[in-house]
Amino acid sequence: MHVRIRGCRGTIASPGADTMRYGGNTSCVEVRLSSGRVAILDAGTGIRELGVQLMDEGVTRIDLLLTHLHVDHLEGLGTFAPIWSPDVELHIWGPASPLASLAERIATYFSPPLFPAVLPEVAARIEFHDASGHEWEVDGVRISSDAIVHPGATVGYRIREGDRVLAFLTDHEPALAADLRTTPTEWISGFALMDGADLLIHDCQYTPEEYAERLGFGHSSTEHVATLAERAGAGRVVMYHHDPMHSDAQLEAMRADVLRRWEVEEDRVVLAAEGDTFDL
Amino acid sequence: MSQPERGDRPEQRNLVLILARAFASNLAAAMFLVDADGTVVYYNEAAEQALGRRFIEGHGMPASEWSTVFAPSDPDGEPVAFEDLPIGIALLQRVPAHGVLSITGTDGVAREIEVTGIPLFAHVDDFVGAVAIFWEP
Repeated sequence: MHVRIRGCRGTIASPGADTMRYGGNTSCVEVRLSSGRVAILDAGTGIRELGVQLMDEGVTRIDLLLTHLHVDHLEGLGTFAPIWSPDVELHIWGPASPLASLAERIATYFSPPLFPAVLPEVAARIEFHDASGHEWEVDGVRISSDAIVHPGATVGYRIREGDRVLAFLTDHEPALAADLRTTPTEWISGFALMDGADLLIHDCQYTPEEYAERLGFGHSSTEHVATLAERAGAGRVVMYHHDPMHSDAQLEAMRADVLRRWEVEEDRVVLAAEGDTFDL
Repeated sequence: MSQPERGDRPEQRNLVLILARAFASNLAAAMFLVDADGTVVYYNEAAEQALGRRFIEGHGMPASEWSTVFAPSDPDGEPVAFEDLPIGIALLQRVPAHGVLSITGTDGVAREIEVTGIPLFAHVDDFVGAVAIFWEP
């Protein structure tokens, strides 16, 4: 399994001199399975460039796994070139809500006045799949999803190929519902998804001081990430969903804080940066 | 594509139960939380006080036990069966229910309480348990 970060910024795209190193595009991670199948985690602005590449490669079957439908995770869909190709079969997975299907929820964004076109106008053949607490297989790879703590219907994903596990939990605030240090793990949101993951990509938007002022916003701090990574026995943790107000220098200070708390080898704590690749 | 078994992941409580427990732990009113089988998964400090039993001692109680150990009775003193308790109705019929009961805590103190039982559904129609919120009028 080959993983590439295409966008790791949270909330809003944040290009500029202060975000050059880690990038300003919003949430998107490319996953290439050993079979060659392409899976994409989230459709933030980072998906645009990936779409161009997939068209150049002639990829015609794509699985897009959405964690939720907040704009920073969906806003790239309209500029994802494969969606405008009649040769492409696009499977979109994501959480429904109690009152609306996944397709209906996506259509809220993908329609005027927020977007000039409507979903029925796209050329690709799209199939929508509810991914709220499901488990399924693609080319022998097991993909699991579970609802996790964040405002609105949100899921995390666990992708297992052979004995290697990728966990993706962006936009996640498990500390809102549990003391992460002492609560039995079955009562910690998302824990089963991240347990024993070789690569854990997890929300790390805040410092502990910032978190204290943003309780309930749906995100985690460096303290939370260090605790979760340790309790889950993660191989490596990738700090993800960078705050748009954080400069590269601030992010590096946050990484140092995670390392100080987790006390592991330096290469086991990674700041997500656009273009980073991981082979599992 | 197929839908395999749970696979390599450890047991995980449904998010609605996790959030309900967190809610209960911060709530001043007594709150009693059971899973879809009726097994006690949490009750808070106010409930501990009313039931005369600490959660650490009541954790994991099956419905057959908690529905009788507190000797629930109606205002006329008649015993109330599990299926007629508000939380029993919430569990079995999966609809909200309200009632006035007398209970006797394991500390031997009898208390009159008002109880509302509410079924808990996650993700549209996934029944995950029920909650009883109660207070002394």
